[in-house]
Amino acid sequence: MATSSERSPPPFPDSEEQDILQDTEDEIGQQQQRDSDYGEDEDDELFMSTISDPPDTDTTPAVTSQNTDPSLESPIDDPMMELVSEPSDSKPAADVLSEPSDEFEDLSNTESDTNDDPMAKTDTTDDFFDLLGSESESKKAVAQMEVTHTAEIQLEKEVTPALVDVMLDFSLPETKLEDTVVVLGSDSNAKSDLSVPETRPVEPLLDSPLKVEAKMQNAAVVDLFGDDEEGSDLFAEPKLSKASKLPQKSLFEEVDNNLFPEPLGANDKKPVTVSVPVGLEPKAIVTKAEVEVRSKASVLTEPDDFFSEETMVTESAQKMQSGTTSKTNGLQEEEGDIFAEATVELSLDSPRNERKREPSKPSPPTALSAAAGLSPPEALEELEEEEEDDDKFEIQVSVKAPEKVGDGMTAYMAYKVFTQTSLAMFRNPTFSVRRRYSDFLGLYEKLSEKHGPNGYIVPPPPEKNLLGMTKVKVGKEDSSSVDFLERRRGALERYLQRVVCHPTLLQDPDVREFLEREELPRAVNTQALSGAGFLKMINRATDAVSKMTIKMNESDVWFEDKLQEVESSDQQFRKLHALVESLVLHRKELSTNTASFAKSTAMLGSAEDNTALSRALSQLSEVEDKMEQLHQDQASNDAFGLAEHIADFIRLLGAIRGSFDHRMKAWQRWQDAQSMLQKKREAEAKLLWANKPDKLQLAKEEIAEWEAKVTQYEREFERVSATVRKEVLHFEKERTQNFKRQIMKYLESLLRSQHQVGNCSNFRIHH
Amino acid sequence: MMEEVKEGSVLSVQTNGIKVSEVVKDGDSLTFIIISQKLSGTGEYHVARTYDDFDWLQQHLFSQEEVPGIQGIIFPPLPARAQVNPSAKVMKQLGLLALGDWKPYGAALEQFLQQVASHSVLCKNKALEDFLTSTEPPGRQKSKKNILNRLSQAVEGLRKEGHKDVEDFFQNERDLNQALTNCTKVVAEKFLDVVQTEQKISVACGHFSAALQMCVESAEDPDKQDFSRVCKSLSEVFSSMGKHMLSVAENDTDSLGLGLDLDSRYQDAEKEMLFRRTCKLVELEAAQRNAERAKPVKKAAMEEVKKTTETEFNQISVMAKQEIMELKRARVQWFQRALVLWCEKQLVTAKKNTEQLNLHLEKVRALA
Repeated sequence: MATSSERSPPPFPDSEEQDILQDTEDEIGQQQQRDSDYGEDEDDELFMSTISDPPDTDTTPAVTSQNTDPSLESPIDDPMMELVSEPSDSKPAADVLSEPSDEFEDLSNTESDTNDDPMAKTDTTDDFFDLLGSESESKKAVAQMEVTHTAEIQLEKEVTPALVDVMLDFSLPETKLEDTVVVLGSDSNAKSDLSVPETRPVEPLLDSPLKVEAKMQNAAVVDLFGDDEEGSDLFAEPKLSKASKLPQKSLFEEVDNNLFPEPLGANDKKPVTVSVPVGLEPKAIVTKAEVEVRSKASVLTEPDDFFSEETMVTESAQKMQSGTTSKTNGLQEEEGDIFAEATVELSLDSPRNERKREPSKPSPPTALSAAAGLSPPEALEELEEEEEDDDKFEIQVSVKAPEKVGDGMTAYMAYKVFTQTSLAMFRNPTFSVRRRYSDFLGLYEKLSEKHGPNGYIVPPPPEKNLLGMTKVKVGKEDSSSVDFLERRRGALERYLQRVVCHPTLLQDPDVREFLEREELPRAVNTQALSGAGFLKMINRATDAVSKMTIKMNESDVWFEDKLQEVESSDQQFRKLHALVESLVLHRKELSTNTASFAKSTAMLGSAEDNTALSRALSQLSEVEDKMEQLHQDQASNDAFGLAEHIADFIRLLGAIRGSFDHRMKAWQRWQDAQSMLQKKREAEAKLLWANKPDKLQLAKEEIAEWEAKVTQYEREFERVSATVRKEVLHFEKERTQNFKRQIMKYLESLLRSQHQVGNCSNFRIHH
Repeated sequence: MMEEVKEGSVLSVQTNGIKVSEVVKDGDSLTFIIISQKLSGTGEYHVARTYDDFDWLQQHLFSQEEVPGIQGIIFPPLPARAQVNPSAKVMKQLGLLALGDWKPYGAALEQFLQQVASHSVLCKNKALEDFLTSTEPPGRQKSKKNILNRLSQAVEGLRKEGHKDVEDFFQNERDLNQALTNCTKVVAEKFLDVVQTEQKISVACGHFSAALQMCVESAEDPDKQDFSRVCKSLSEVFSSMGKHMLSVAENDTDSLGLGLDLDSRYQDAEKEMLFRRTCKLVELEAAQRNAERAKPVKKAAMEEVKKTTETEFNQISVMAKQEIMELKRARVQWFQRALVLWCEKQLVTAKKNTEQLNLHLEKVRALA
């Protein structure tokens, strides 16, 4: 708690703020940025679309909230939504706002009246601080958010941002303070899983923050005062401090009376939400610790970013209300920095898998914006990815958090399959289940049984890898098993994604069951599919296909060509795969060699008696250490970015051949039926010759039956052919797209590491 | 050692102007074209020399008995004999120098010549002048094997290696040399590994690029054309990546690699010099003992022996001290130069590669 108070004074020089504030050009840009932020804040499914057109962002979120929890709609929800939906009209929005939240109105009124009250100032600060203190994780952020929000509301400006833009964690506390508890309720309802349970337990925490608040008043308040004064100097507007004080004060009272427990609860929620991802992903814990440190550091070191964020807010404020601008500025500056900090935390938290967290933490918007500014490469990449998905976003499946279940040879890895969708066919927009590898295989079996014969290309899952899995089972935590798990996880994810991207397969009840149902009957007989068996099956299929091609005088040149093409590209891809794998091996080798070079250099450095030389050598060793890491990253980049995708293609090519095979089978059936019909006809002729009318009737019936069969089989064959054709074409299109995307990503990462190499070398030259 | 320009040098060429410009493969033997700038101004000497000639020069330098304290000199180390198709053993001996089509080897020989030429004592040797200027190859007759010949030392050596020195300076130097020799060897080896792996990666990139080219097919189908284009650009990416890796490896060899190799050989040379001095020390101590114990009849003779040995030893020590100091200075210099050169080269390469990658990225983006 003490730390929170320390942190609260704005970390950047005020003069800079002023500059930025006045810099309207920047503001516009930032406004847009902010808009996009809101958009992403919004419920997960919708944020994609929102990004694309910023002006509408506000409306969409509102709509979303309605959509997502229609059942939860409370009377309070309505005002909220209205507010949200009318972002452009600041006045009406404000009205709406004021209606539900009486206190709010009071606040705004009091503001204007009691400008001179010094006591008010202190009050505000107090409240501010106690809030800060009370919140364990996001204290500062939340508190400042409140302030800003109130400010905003007073200004009657962007009501929407207040409600919408804040990430859920933050938004809950804010909304409560500003408007009413109701809003909070609605919000929490939306995220019922998280917020509702949390609000209760928080109450006990209430006491401690209050005490702290009292203490903090003295020291912290001074700081704030200082800031305020500075702010006023800069802006030359005395109103600044007043305005901010009053609303806060009233808020404070509110808080004391009825709202306090709730904001606290909300605040508390933040840690809770965080803990969810932590539980899922062991790595997250590590990162979290860093996160805080880093976020702080970045706050200090990169003021620009915060500024920019802060300015977005201010800008809007300025537009709306020129008179009160100064006040807003003061407030918003704080909000800005909070924003920044908050964002940093989030983005750092979830660089690995933003999507993963989106469900549990509705904060991706901030993560995105911050990522853009602060931790660019990865986040950017992800951004791009998401943008690309924008247009067709309907369902996203991710596989994550591999977890070992059981011990010894009966152990297996369970993966969390997380789905995010806007499709109406699913009960919830987001859900997740635990699945083991054989479940994936089982799904494939079911799908290929059902859809394979119809000519659909059923995406195949990764093969079983006995060696890799055994290592994992034995519990060796070496790099190869980590590598293996990551590879498999990625492959499973891509497999599922392919399945759900397939319009026909997505409709399959088994797919839905796989994604949604808590307990899945244990998949049996996957053994035939796994490992060597699986490969063999593909090979057998290939053999069968080639054998049948000889028999089948292909009626359609297209298929003949395609088959050959598939065969040849299969070989090519296999070759490519082998080559990439060897490249990866070499890279790994380079990494180990670099490491040992670094080590021996360090030894030489310590043996050296010339100090300058010794220092140079140890520096060299450090650089080489870094290089080693880079080489290693590059190796895994090659492996995951290229090799795995090529392996995917090989698998898909196998599946295509499978579908060709099925087409062949359909043809075979048709041909068989035809020859049977022929035979029957001959028999009929014989009977006619022998003049046996009694049997003739039977024969005629049989002929009719077989004729029907022939036409049916023929039609089936045509249908299968058409499907295969469509599928192959689709595959080819996809393949090119996929490849392009992959290459782009790959190139980007190459560039990045090249930059780092450059930096490393740069280091040395100073010697 | 390298920088030093001696007054009264008998050499008629500029020490810094000595270059090994070319390595010519002539059947089974390698010939090195050596170009040196005349001191008088314009004009160059062009001579062709084989490894035998270098060896001859080295032997001549060893055998300058008339120079006082010659055994205290750290002779610039000549790289091991190169063969056109080196066996695994020779490869190991040569290390980094065997890479890159003998270019590094030529560079190492060049360093050798420059160091000999800039050495305050060795540059006065007539053999060097002959070696650099005479059109006739000087070293075709087998030179007599000298006691300084390294090969013969090994056998007699080990027992004296551990002999306690009378002077702390030399004792320390010997210990340090011991440690440095080992470390430097290891470092050079590891570095060689790194370079070789880089070369492998380069080759692998090339293969991958070529294989991708195979995927390119000319077809009317727009989808296929798209795919072909993507393959092609990826192939280009990889081929440029391969080239980049290759130049990284080259940079490594040309700068840091050569520096490490030189250092490692110099450590050996220093070790030999120290060893020679230790031998002399042992000899002196024996002479002292003999002189003490000698019967009166032989006493004078023994004293005489003792005295000459003592003078020799002192001369060697003086020379050795000088040489060690000089080596230390030079060593720091060449290390620094190697490191700086390495950084510069790698930076340039990295920048180039970044540009290339940017270009490729643009291209791929344009495709999408």
